[in-house]
Amino acid sequence: MQHTVIIGNGIAGITAARNIRKLSDNKITVISGETDHFFSRTALMYIYMGHMKYENTKPYEDWFWSKNKIDLMRDWVTSIDFAGKNIAFKNGSSLTYDQLILATGSQSNFFGWPGQDLKGVQGLYSYQDLELMEANTKNVKNAVILGGGLIGVEMAEMLHSRGIHVTYLIRESHFWGNMLPKEEGTLIDNHLAEHGIDLRTETELEEILDDGNGHVKGIKTKTGEIIDCQFVGLTVGVHPNIDLVKDSHIETDRGILVDENLQTSIQDVYAVGDCAQLKTPPPHRRPIEAVWYVGRMMGETVAHTITGNETKYQPGVWFNSAKFFDIEYHNYGTVLPECPEGCSEFYWECSDKKKCIKVIYETNSLKVKGVNLFGIRNRHEVWDRWLSQEKTLDHIIENLPEANFDPEFFTHWEGEIQEKFNNEFPDKNISVRKKGFLEKILA
Amino acid sequence: MKTIQLTGLALFITGFSLFIISFFIPGYKVTEEVVGSLIEESKQSSLLESAGDIINKDYSSNISLIGDLNRLFEEINETQLAKYSITDDEKKEIQEVNFSTGKFSLSSLDKIFSDEKQTEAFKKKAFNDYGGWMDGREYGSEQELTDHITNVTDNIRKYGIVSQFGFDKYQSKYLKYAIVKESSIGSIDNNSILWILLTYGLCIIGGIAYLLPTKTLDGPPGIKNNGIFKNAMSNRGWLGILTGTFLIIFYILLYFYPEYMTAWIITVDPVSQLLKGSDAGRFFLYGFIYTLAILVMGVRMIIKYRHSKYQIVRTVSVMFFQTAFAFLIPEILLRLNQPYFDFKNIWPLDYDFFFENELNTLIQSGGLGIFMLGWGLGLIGLGVPVFVYFFGKRWYCSWVCGCGGLAETLGDPYRQLSDKSLKAWKIERWSIHGVLVFAIVMTIGVLYTYWTGSSQLFGVVDTYQMRSVYGAWIGAGFAGVVGTGFYPFMGNRVWCRFGCPLAAYLGLVQKFKSRFRITTNGGQCISCGNCSTYCEMGIDVRWYAQRGQNIIRSSCVGCGVCSAVCPRGVLNLENRDEDGRFNQPILLGNDSIKVSN
Repeated sequence: MQHTVIIGNGIAGITAARNIRKLSDNKITVISGETDHFFSRTALMYIYMGHMKYENTKPYEDWFWSKNKIDLMRDWVTSIDFAGKNIAFKNGSSLTYDQLILATGSQSNFFGWPGQDLKGVQGLYSYQDLELMEANTKNVKNAVILGGGLIGVEMAEMLHSRGIHVTYLIRESHFWGNMLPKEEGTLIDNHLAEHGIDLRTETELEEILDDGNGHVKGIKTKTGEIIDCQFVGLTVGVHPNIDLVKDSHIETDRGILVDENLQTSIQDVYAVGDCAQLKTPPPHRRPIEAVWYVGRMMGETVAHTITGNETKYQPGVWFNSAKFFDIEYHNYGTVLPECPEGCSEFYWECSDKKKCIKVIYETNSLKVKGVNLFGIRNRHEVWDRWLSQEKTLDHIIENLPEANFDPEFFTHWEGEIQEKFNNEFPDKNISVRKKGFLEKILA
Repeated sequence: MKTIQLTGLALFITGFSLFIISFFIPGYKVTEEVVGSLIEESKQSSLLESAGDIINKDYSSNISLIGDLNRLFEEINETQLAKYSITDDEKKEIQEVNFSTGKFSLSSLDKIFSDEKQTEAFKKKAFNDYGGWMDGREYGSEQELTDHITNVTDNIRKYGIVSQFGFDKYQSKYLKYAIVKESSIGSIDNNSILWILLTYGLCIIGGIAYLLPTKTLDGPPGIKNNGIFKNAMSNRGWLGILTGTFLIIFYILLYFYPEYMTAWIITVDPVSQLLKGSDAGRFFLYGFIYTLAILVMGVRMIIKYRHSKYQIVRTVSVMFFQTAFAFLIPEILLRLNQPYFDFKNIWPLDYDFFFENELNTLIQSGGLGIFMLGWGLGLIGLGVPVFVYFFGKRWYCSWVCGCGGLAETLGDPYRQLSDKSLKAWKIERWSIHGVLVFAIVMTIGVLYTYWTGSSQLFGVVDTYQMRSVYGAWIGAGFAGVVGTGFYPFMGNRVWCRFGCPLAAYLGLVQKFKSRFRITTNGGQCISCGNCSTYCEMGIDVRWYAQRGQNIIRSSCVGCGVCSAVCPRGVLNLENRDEDGRFNQPILLGNDSIKVSN
């Protein structure tokens, strides 16, 4: 019986374990130093906000693992002997494997700011970070968050839920500037302001100030402004957690390099999820994609290879989602912050400034490349089909109601969107959705 | 805004405290007139003889009065039993006379009991009534004859004497309640309108003043679940325990000891007079509080979910059906001398629909009564399957039903307390279908008795016994005491999930023949667990969502909160074509794998 050892019990490692169990009777061991059981990392914020308890974030009940003969080990790995296929643990024990999957996830970025090691300064990635944040934010009145990304806005929401005033510094001219185009970013900027978040765009951190006791008392921006605070959240992105292997002879770059079968430079050693870096990413995909869905897909794929059915990692149409305070975000296909050459964008925004849709299409052929949706839910399955079949803008806008995934009785905006399209493309003249009887009453 | 909210809270607490205090306020004085108006003449004298120390005595609390009444009824019953019971000597005599002939004969009683003495005449008649089945029976063993005679005399003691000359369980229960209510004196009786304003008035105004400012204080519309698991009310803290304890005590008093809550009932007499033209009973009080709870907490629900039209429409619907269908229309029907009828209640939740007194009332009430009967049968046979086919069981459970209405409004703060474990689901399936089977068997028994007149079903089960067990344990205990009292401990759908036989019936249709499902949106689930956490029915929604599978569960009441709390727009309640409803679990987005997950 083969022994598959997985380092990391996040979504990538656990998905691999579950699928290996389905496909084989391998002995499976999952190792984590972070928690005894798999939990949803994306739900950490909800524990802090009191929406859930830690228990609620565990996708499987505790009996699930022994019932499915997946051994769980709680320890930190200190070193791996790839030649001897042996893993050494902090507690002194060791374990041999036949195949090894590295699913060690990410680490928060710290760019060497003066004062970044002060008490009350932290990032947010792990369960331990959450516990630290709980301790660090006791009796805090003012907080500063640095870095306009998903973790930053989550942290802002977390602190705001406890009545802590948040000053939010971002380097770009609008929120999540390295992912979102200007209009969408601005829409979120406004929403943050609506919640009382003090957003400072194009503002950079000079240093974090010490109160004399090793605790943060404020920050200084590059323009010299001083902002008092008792907590600083550093959320300027993450990088692959490769500490364990970067001094070994396994091939690494920013992440652990893997081929299209997710195998590393060493036979029988694989890497999946945030820590993996694809040597040759598929078209329109980046070499490192530190998102939940990618971890899950890689875990699923590697399970097939490990159980003898060599399978290439082939992600389909890119998709992603998020929620910024009250505004939900769906993304299908490729939407870059700057519209690429040869492409144009179709944009509609609701008068309440909380909903919008942006479609990127090839200017000449009208073939659609991707969509950003804010405040309107759309069907993954429909957009996946449209994008892989390269449907045109007019076709998609005309059929937009088919993709709608909002709850019943919600206002349908497709009619307005179609009218805007007809104004911009008078020669197309697509049909416009009519409001139903009930809709008119409830409007 | 904060000030308005705090003032509201203070008003609510004041109103609620006064409500509790009003329980203890009245004094009680039992007069001969009260006794005269409530007790049939034949028993009055025996009661007045023994009740000397109760009549015209000033009681400051109902507890001591009820204690005295209990003793009084017991005393009378004992006296009457001593007077009318067939004595051991008489039993022996009956036995000897009949054993010597080898055959039991009722006429033998003529020799033992004389017709002249009233007690003996009773004994003879009673033995004839209760022991008629022994007449002509042959007895080979002395023991058998003794047993049968004892059996008859015991039954006479138990059923004959106490009900004819004393006060049996039902009568003493009713009399205690009626005497206490009629004997109540003091401020509530004289100023019940003032007390309504001081209790319900303050609670409503305070509640609304507390709730309305949340619209501004909570920030922009959206999911507002901050601090739910840190709150003493919503996370089984001291406030939750206190609330649950109050609810449990309230329900126990309501169903089993209404004589203790007469002060509360008297308070709402004016409302009852206004609506149906007669004084309130305990179930009027219950309906009144129930409706207010749904209305006030419905306002809370609408504010909390103001970003979701689905939640708003649904909440307005339960508020409407409770107020109009469950509360106002039945009372107005009474005023119009028509049968009390809740047009939205459906058997087997409405478990006494087929009880003979209910059926007789409807049948004897002319056209409207017959219509009501047809309407009720139509809902059972046609309404449930057809509507569930098109919309799922939610059309009833979270849009129309009163139990559901309370759960979705008053109970909303507790929805996260439901148990999501696989074990709980296993228990749920046994218990809810168990209650359904019990309800069906009980009803078969009731109808059997209705048509045949025999109270023995299959020769073993006493149908009256069965319906009283169902009424006490399921109707009152499970649906009421546990169903609502356990909101702060086990979530707001304990009854709907583990007990309601109608939910079981609706659920079977929903599972096997319906267009309703909760659709999972491709591969967008991040397994965060909000959906499962806030599912009041304890469905582990995430289990399905993270596999890309639609959620089709017989227990789902379609409240839509999983969809509302989902941060990634993954879940949606839909009525669509049955094809593809039970979809294969496939997570979209991974082109490497094209097999089910």
